[in-house]
Amino acid sequence: MGEDNKPPSLNDLGERLRAAREHRRADRQHEQSLSGGPPGMSGLGWALRVGVEMVSAIVVGVGIGYGLDWWFGTKPWFLVVFFLLGSAAAMMNVYRSAMGYGLAVGYKKPEKDGEEQESATQGNSAGNSGGVGSGSSSGNEDGER
Amino acid sequence: MASPIEQFKIQPIVPIKLGELDLSFTNSALAMVITVAAASLFLALGARRRALVPGRWQVMSEMAYEFVANMIRDNVGDAGRRYFPYIFTLFMFILIGNLLGLIPGAFTFTSHIIVTLGMALTVFVAVTLIGIFKHGLHFFSFFVPSGVPALMMPLMIPIEVISYLSRPVSLSIRLFANMMAGHTMMKVFAGFVVPLGAATFGIGGLAPIAMDVALTGFELLVAFLQAYVFTVLTCLYLNDALHLH
Repeated sequence: MGEDNKPPSLNDLGERLRAAREHRRADRQHEQSLSGGPPGMSGLGWALRVGVEMVSAIVVGVGIGYGLDWWFGTKPWFLVVFFLLGSAAAMMNVYRSAMGYGLAVGYKKPEKDGEEQESATQGNSAGNSGGVGSGSSSGNEDGER
Repeated sequence: MASPIEQFKIQPIVPIKLGELDLSFTNSALAMVITVAAASLFLALGARRRALVPGRWQVMSEMAYEFVANMIRDNVGDAGRRYFPYIFTLFMFILIGNLLGLIPGAFTFTSHIIVTLGMALTVFVAVTLIGIFKHGLHFFSFFVPSGVPALMMPLMIPIEVISYLSRPVSLSIRLFANMMAGHTMMKVFAGFVVPLGAATFGIGGLAPIAMDVALTGFELLVAFLQAYVFTVLTCLYLNDALHLH
């Protein structure tokens, strides 16, 4: 806006907004492909989340096992069994969040849901940029240079 | 020098004893009351004017509102609208609690696992009950993974149940661990300032101060991010209970 003192036209503004949005979306996709996690999350955040996911399942498994042992007086057996089950659940939690299935237990149709989400976000952003840029489809090349 | 974890100590302000029960009004409770008051004040100030062209307060409270409303719409869909008040309250409570906890000398109640576990268990029980009321016994098909041979079921169902029960634990540990680790780290670096400065005529003290400045910015991000993560996971759990894949 510094080259000439004329205020930018609405068309110009729409074009720039659209460019910025595109840029941001590309950035976000790049980030996502880097971290492998869900959008808007750094690699460290993602690692922390997976770690917590894993620890909590083992904690619950060991807790259940210890409680049952205490209840029935069968000292190590339930603890051993539920520790193993808890570890399996931990692996499953990690697998699910790593594969982007969400954190859902009993997740049935990951492909369909993923598609839905993707199309929803795409539709959203497309709607946004369309709404802003609809009036600025032509004749705004000379504004910037 | 104060210990880095002394900031998490719970001290009674108004001691109340009910028989064996210790119901004292503590600094943690005081922090929660201040948080609720701040959140109410923030939204009441924002909603006072109701201008078509909003002022600063109104923009901020509208942003908070829209942020949570969009989160619910994206993650739960239209069926989630009824639960907006609860999720919005949860978000504001955690967010403002985290942010107020960053004020030097203030108490961060989200750095106590019993607080976060209480919130997570409330969410967990509520979501489970919603699922059961909505789907009846069909809700328990949730624990039966698809595409698994019948022979494996006795093994898979307990694993799924444990995985489900681990939700409130992971939800509470995530928030508590992030807040506690961040505040401990800040205090540890702050503890270096005086000894290092005294040993090097004040020059060495600048490095931990710079680190603490950077950490404060980082903690602001974490405060927001953890409030967001807690609410977004609540939305995902609610979505599971409402739609049962």
